[in-house]
Amino acid sequence: MKILVQREDFDVGAEIRALAGDARIGAVASFIGLVRDLNDGSAVATMTLEHYPGMTEKAIGKIVEEARGRWEVLDCTVIHRFGELKPADQIVLVAVASGHRGDAFAACEFLMDYLKTRAPFWKKEQTPQGARWVEARATDDEAAGRWQRKEPGAA
Amino acid sequence: MKVRVLYFAGLREQVGSSSEEIELPAGVSTLAGLRSHLVARGGAWRSALAETRLVRMAVNQQMAQAASAIRSGDEVAFFPPVTGG
Repeated sequence: MKILVQREDFDVGAEIRALAGDARIGAVASFIGLVRDLNDGSAVATMTLEHYPGMTEKAIGKIVEEARGRWEVLDCTVIHRFGELKPADQIVLVAVASGHRGDAFAACEFLMDYLKTRAPFWKKEQTPQGARWVEARATDDEAAGRWQRKEPGAA
Repeated sequence: MKVRVLYFAGLREQVGSSSEEIELPAGVSTLAGLRSHLVARGGAWRSALAETRLVRMAVNQQMAQAASAIRSGDEVAFFPPVTGG
């Protein structure tokens, strides 16, 4: 399990190849998040990501542990950047290696949904109208909520 | 009883501070109590941390709730809902 919070860019190909050394692995699912040049109707010139050093790594570690408890995760890599980024830059990589695609896809999507709602990152955009902090979206909470486990006995 | 308090993102900009040491008054033992204590400073503190604002909190780098206890030496953080990924 590899968790990196860094300013530098990352090489997706190299990261995925690094996951595939174990012959039990039959599937690697990955997600890459990129900076868009338009958000909520405004052109985005640059995006600055702030985070909470120390807590960020712990929060991602907890999310990875939760994924390992739910699906077969033979290995995984999570890289999240911070600092100033430009449109088309890579922000985040989540790659999950498993025996079969079902677990790899599900764990990858779960990791992204939980990262968006539980890891302490904040995005600030520079637009022609000035700088603005990105607002949290209800749709992200809803996406994370899909993974909530029903309590035993609940309808 | 002293705690270290951190502020992040828009909340950090609003209060004009990224961290401070706070000597807690007697009777303040939860996150909700600390938040009220800060709101009582008035001005930017009142507007940034008012009950009506959606503020997330952490104690010792773990997400926490208003009723969570705080102890001497804890690292407490206030920040807006997260927007990473």
